[in-house]
Amino acid sequence: MKMILLDRVTKTYQRNPHAALERISLHVDPKEFVIVVGSSGAGKSTLLKLLTREEKPTAGKIIVGGIDYDKLRDREIPLLRRKIGVVFQDFKLLPGKTVFENVAFALEIVGMSNREINHTVPRVLDIVGLQGKEKRMPMELSGGERQRVAIARAVVRQPKILIADEPTGNLDPKHAWDVIRVLEKINRYGTTVLLTTHNQDIVNRLKRRVITVKDGKIVSDRANAEYKL
Amino acid sequence: MKRKFITLRRIIRAGGINFVRNAWLSIAAMAVMVITLSIVLVSVIANATFTHTVQQLTDRIDISVYLKDTITVKQKDDLLNKIKHVENVKELTYISKDQALQTYKKQNQGNLDLLLAISQTDNPLPATIQIKPKDPNKIQDIKNVLERADIKSLQSDPTSYSGDRKEAIDKITKATSFMRRAGVFGVIIFAFISMLIIFNTIQMAIFNRRDELTIMRLLGANTIFIRGPFVIESIIYGVISAVVSVSLCNALFVVFSSAFNASSLGLLDINYANEYFAQHFWLILLTQLSIGIFIGAASSTLATRRYLKFKTTK
Repeated sequence: MKMILLDRVTKTYQRNPHAALERISLHVDPKEFVIVVGSSGAGKSTLLKLLTREEKPTAGKIIVGGIDYDKLRDREIPLLRRKIGVVFQDFKLLPGKTVFENVAFALEIVGMSNREINHTVPRVLDIVGLQGKEKRMPMELSGGERQRVAIARAVVRQPKILIADEPTGNLDPKHAWDVIRVLEKINRYGTTVLLTTHNQDIVNRLKRRVITVKDGKIVSDRANAEYKL
Repeated sequence: MKRKFITLRRIIRAGGINFVRNAWLSIAAMAVMVITLSIVLVSVIANATFTHTVQQLTDRIDISVYLKDTITVKQKDDLLNKIKHVENVKELTYISKDQALQTYKKQNQGNLDLLLAISQTDNPLPATIQIKPKDPNKIQDIKNVLERADIKSLQSDPTSYSGDRKEAIDKITKATSFMRRAGVFGVIIFAFISMLIIFNTIQMAIFNRRDELTIMRLLGANTIFIRGPFVIESIIYGVISAVVSVSLCNALFVVFSSAFNASSLGLLDINYANEYFAQHFWLILLTQLSIGIFIGAASSTLATRRYLKFKTTK
């Protein structure tokens, strides 16, 4: 079974006649680490939004983790999103909650008991290297730390897929690498990782499968590839 | 079942925590609620007081029927009986000739000329039936009955509800019924405006935190889990605002009624207002609480709705 399967997917936005994505087909296996590159406006963000069901495709088929999006009803969307971990460039942490509460929130949603939460959250914070900062508010953290909170929140439910949308976009090189190392670690634990980035250095040094998107089309898809637009 | 209970507890807890952490926003929202709830409360009490004053005024309206001196006791009793069964008659008082004279003498104690004049003749005052109407607006109905030939033949003079006096009574009843309606209308308008203001305030408070709603949605939280804490928070606003506004008005009435001791402000009898407030205290508190809770819950539910929609465009 493929973890992600896109079959001739097209997405056209209402006010723009030009297709954001045009007949894209893509397969990702379980436990893969895939990097998606492309300049701004190439269609990377649209691709990710289709996967998280923030957008619906105009045409084509999407199946993620065995869930066929055509058969997905609106009220089932929350259930889908609980199976996919997402990390955003702008972190999207809840500003009124502490580090611990932000991560715990992902578990509260699924109705996990407090005992389990108190057991799980510290372990995940440990994985991302944030032990001892449980009670900080997001405002008090550096960019890199905030992103690691976001990663902890995304993986605490042990999703099969982790989607990271330019997670290093707002970070300096040192913190960027901290974040990438955490993603690699999570991938080693068995989670499929889909990473989009602009950072040439990261792409080149990771030596992973690289998918290049340009003008809404996939122009190259190679293993152990380097950054090339 | 257990999971639902955990979720409910979390929603309530999260609402409480949000309330405390958003202290400044909460205070601002509650200040608006307190002011508007107080305005509604004061206008309700003012209206009640006003109605009371008007009631006292209209209670004095009556018709007097003047009987011929030649009338027999049986005729008198028959007449009383007839009038008693006329619709809109609230109360009947029979004043005999002697009683009328006594009252007249008492009223004119200081006026020696009049007293002298009346003592020189045989008692000229007629026996009188005083009729209090239930509804002063329909006083004409009673008058119509009194105009019937069989009753009219027993009267020495036209009833008091004629000529200038009739005109004055009609004016008063018309004015009071208009004022009463205006009072109710005013309360409704105030209540409506207040609801809009409170609604808008809560909407603004939630608008400020719309990012939170979208993030929760992205994390896969379902609608109740996202909306719940906001609704709880708004209900807390409502409860606190209601309690504060009732206490505020209470303090206001206590201060005013002692400051204007035994006096009244034009048509507003401050003592009556205070009494009314004290008598209906629990009802008022309960009503304010339910208004606060209702507006809080309804407006936060509506305000969160737009941020919780799933995009369904293809």
